[in-house]
Amino acid sequence: MKLAYWMYAGPAHIGTLRIASSFKNVHAIMHAPIGDDYFNVMRSMLSRERDFTPVTTSVVDRNVLARGSQEKVVDNIIRKDAEEHPDLIVLTPTCTSSILQEDLHNFVERAQLEAKGDVMLADVNHYRYNELQAADRTLDQIVQYYIEKARKRGELAEGKTAKPSVNIIGTTTLGFHNNHDCTELKRLMADLGIEVNTLIPEGASVKDLKKMSQAWFNLVPYRELGLTTARYLEEQFGTPYIDITPMGVVETARCIRKIQQVINAQGAEVDYENFINEQTLHVSQAAWFSRSIDCQNLTGKKAVVFGDNTHAAAITKILAREMGIHVVWAGTYCKYDADWFREQVSEYCDEVLISEDHGEIGDAIARVEPSAIFGTQMERHVGKRLDIPCGVIAAPIHVQNFPIGYKPFMGYEGTNQITDLIYNSFTLGMEDHLLEIFGGHDTKEVITRGISADSDLNWTKDGQAELNKIPGFVRGKVKRNTEKFARDRGFKEINAEVLYAAKEAVGA
Amino acid sequence: MTVAQQPEALSFECETGNYHTFCPISCVAWLYQKIEDSFFLVIGTKTCGYFLQNAMGVMIFAEPRYAMAELEEGDISAQLSDYEELKRLCLQIKRDRNPSVIVWIGTCTTEIIKTDLEGLAPKLESEIGIPIVVARANGLDYAFTQGEDTVLAAMANRCPDKAPVAETEKIERNAIAKLLNFGKKKEDVAQDESEYVDHPPLVLFGSLPDPVVTQLTLELKRQGIKVSGWLPAKRFTELPVLEEGYYVAGVNPFLSRTATTLMRRRKCKLIGAPFPIGPDGTRAWIEKICSVFGITPKGLDEREAQIWAGLEDYVKLIRGKSVFFMGDNLLEVSQARFLIRCGMTVHEIGIPYMDKRYQAAELALLEKTCQEMNSPLPRIVEKPDNYNQLQRIYELKPDLVITGMAHANPLEARGINTKWSVEFTFAQIHGFTNARDMLELVTRPLRRNNNLKDLGWDKLVREEAKI
Repeated sequence: MKLAYWMYAGPAHIGTLRIASSFKNVHAIMHAPIGDDYFNVMRSMLSRERDFTPVTTSVVDRNVLARGSQEKVVDNIIRKDAEEHPDLIVLTPTCTSSILQEDLHNFVERAQLEAKGDVMLADVNHYRYNELQAADRTLDQIVQYYIEKARKRGELAEGKTAKPSVNIIGTTTLGFHNNHDCTELKRLMADLGIEVNTLIPEGASVKDLKKMSQAWFNLVPYRELGLTTARYLEEQFGTPYIDITPMGVVETARCIRKIQQVINAQGAEVDYENFINEQTLHVSQAAWFSRSIDCQNLTGKKAVVFGDNTHAAAITKILAREMGIHVVWAGTYCKYDADWFREQVSEYCDEVLISEDHGEIGDAIARVEPSAIFGTQMERHVGKRLDIPCGVIAAPIHVQNFPIGYKPFMGYEGTNQITDLIYNSFTLGMEDHLLEIFGGHDTKEVITRGISADSDLNWTKDGQAELNKIPGFVRGKVKRNTEKFARDRGFKEINAEVLYAAKEAVGA
Repeated sequence: MTVAQQPEALSFECETGNYHTFCPISCVAWLYQKIEDSFFLVIGTKTCGYFLQNAMGVMIFAEPRYAMAELEEGDISAQLSDYEELKRLCLQIKRDRNPSVIVWIGTCTTEIIKTDLEGLAPKLESEIGIPIVVARANGLDYAFTQGEDTVLAAMANRCPDKAPVAETEKIERNAIAKLLNFGKKKEDVAQDESEYVDHPPLVLFGSLPDPVVTQLTLELKRQGIKVSGWLPAKRFTELPVLEEGYYVAGVNPFLSRTATTLMRRRKCKLIGAPFPIGPDGTRAWIEKICSVFGITPKGLDEREAQIWAGLEDYVKLIRGKSVFFMGDNLLEVSQARFLIRCGMTVHEIGIPYMDKRYQAAELALLEKTCQEMNSPLPRIVEKPDNYNQLQRIYELKPDLVITGMAHANPLEARGINTKWSVEFTFAQIHGFTNARDMLELVTRPLRRNNNLKDLGWDKLVREEAKI
């Protein structure tokens, strides 16, 4: 047992559900007790989905505990198949159902006999993998399933596309700025004259998977999600993959050069150097920003970075290499892939921190007192407590990290967005600091001629106690309204009863 | 007074139980705030932790007095000793927080692997010297607010039986208090007692925010009724005395286990009343308590009328409109009854679990309200099926759907107004004073619509999206 308050990566089934609900017309059925379908709430609230999240539960209750699921799971699959005609139903075990050790495989096979769509069991061990690992595995499982199926039926697409093309693998629902990254990557590919063959899983249909073999190469922009699939495709079709995240000016250029190398090896004969040059010097503002005096002021300022592998590594490199900021430590919560992270960032920071314990991260921030933090929502709150500004760069995230405006982290527009994020974090910190030195905005005592400024009314002890229970941000208003109410009615004293009578009368 | 004898009775149905609601462990979110010296330890998996972390939102950053005891593979396969593991964690909690009580929340996983929490607790309690209360608030058996019910039922067993030692101590303390008050508020103390009618002790149960506790207590005080205590109190160390023969009354519709425990284990007498939600409910609640104590209620007519007058601007917005409760927090029947009194029609009351005995008075009032308002009797659907409900919603086109967050945005995108049901659990909706707050929530989508009505942006999904 482990005492835990907060976790950076969710449980395995969340990963599976993220993959399933990213695809179009794929339905997930969780084998879970009531209340475990919280994923639907997150998807509906955080990413403000207009459509119902295609996830239902085959409820595990006392009866299931006593007698096993029996027909229940099979019936639920068949029912969903008839109601919504999905292409695929993914039966998703949860941590609860995995200890029941029911033969879910058998249920899937039986349901498959009657269901028109495909039925599959997500094969993920809930006590060994987290959300990210599970998502990576589930995506691979679905791709393999449809490639094998197409191969058996002889429907597998033959050969490569005429023009250079790419499969972009790994953008999902509830991923950090994934939808914006996705748009930016499509734009980048268009600029490079590369067709997007498939883009999975977000918005894809499982029917498209059989044509994945036609791409010239696979692009895996996120370290955590899609590598297993890319490796499988390499092994099956010899398709090379590129796993350089195009985040930051230098890394974007490196990614594009790698693309050039990979497609030229297949006879494309492209030269992207001019494109890179033009974008770097004139389209993206990030390179120019590095030269500007704003950025000069950031030289040597201390920062710490924490997040998932992809974002923490990329941001660390941007801070150190492109802006001359001193990254005291950089860390990740992707413990299972820590070696990769170390190798990526060691030369750009003093220290590498691998941990899933937010307490340890918080202490490490307090210890170094950086001028700015780049982390998850948890680090943002640590920052609040310590009065250090924080830019959020990775999940776990809240609804404000699903902006409506166009805010990619990848590609050339991404470099602009990241520059703003970093610069704004630091200047905010400077402003606060200056204000403190000069003692606030205005040191003269503010005299308001509020209605309660010179009160002739007497608050009794219980009245005052009740008033104090009212949240601070409305207390002033409630106090004024109550006093007005008391004055209008000629009360000399305000006790709890008068306070609530005022509330009833004026809705204070 | 049985419902079945009526010619036109309420209809009760039961569907598949495939509905969305919060896991009952969510009760720690409000209970740790209510019981200030408690610490809640949820013994479960990452799934439970992830739910709490996301459902509690910003509260999680405020160093909450709750934590997960996250089970690992070794715990599931019994390679580790439950007792030793729990002891280690509880000692850590004692060292870091020093609470007056640790509440263990049993989850689905502890049920399935049959961890004997009730057996381990007394042993560990005597070893570490902190009371340990066990509540099995799991998703196998309960929905959302029923979590509070399991915790309060467990707490009910911890309420003191007015031991004689405590009594003398109390008198002494009172004596000191009197001494300190001497010359200052002597007459206040005497006056305090004379304000109350002589009646047997009354203890109320249900966790409410402190301001609402004060309001309801004052409301009863106006009738000369003294509230001897609340379950739960602000602190675990202040749990009310419960002697055999005390009267108890519930303030929330989801507290049936607590009510049963109070009656059977503590030999208290339950006052079965409608719940104090809405001015009509509050009045009926007070009247019922008065009638049990043989008190004639004073001034309730005017008070209720005055509250209704203050609500008129909101009632005007919803009168004649229809509402559909998908059901997830067990407050549905009381809310529906209040809204029917406001002049709304209720198509369906979805509810996770319906205790017809504990809610009997509320159901009777619902029926009476329908007759008086000339409104059709709604169907009550226990363990609803959300998919079927959505089909009914498309067909009925209600003016308002009260539902969970999983369905709210998709329904709004289809031009159906929704109010997110969880807000009613956390908002202050009890008593005369807060009737307006409840309507504030109910009317919000309708007021929003009035603001946006000329824009023509009702349906925001593409046609092909709906099959």
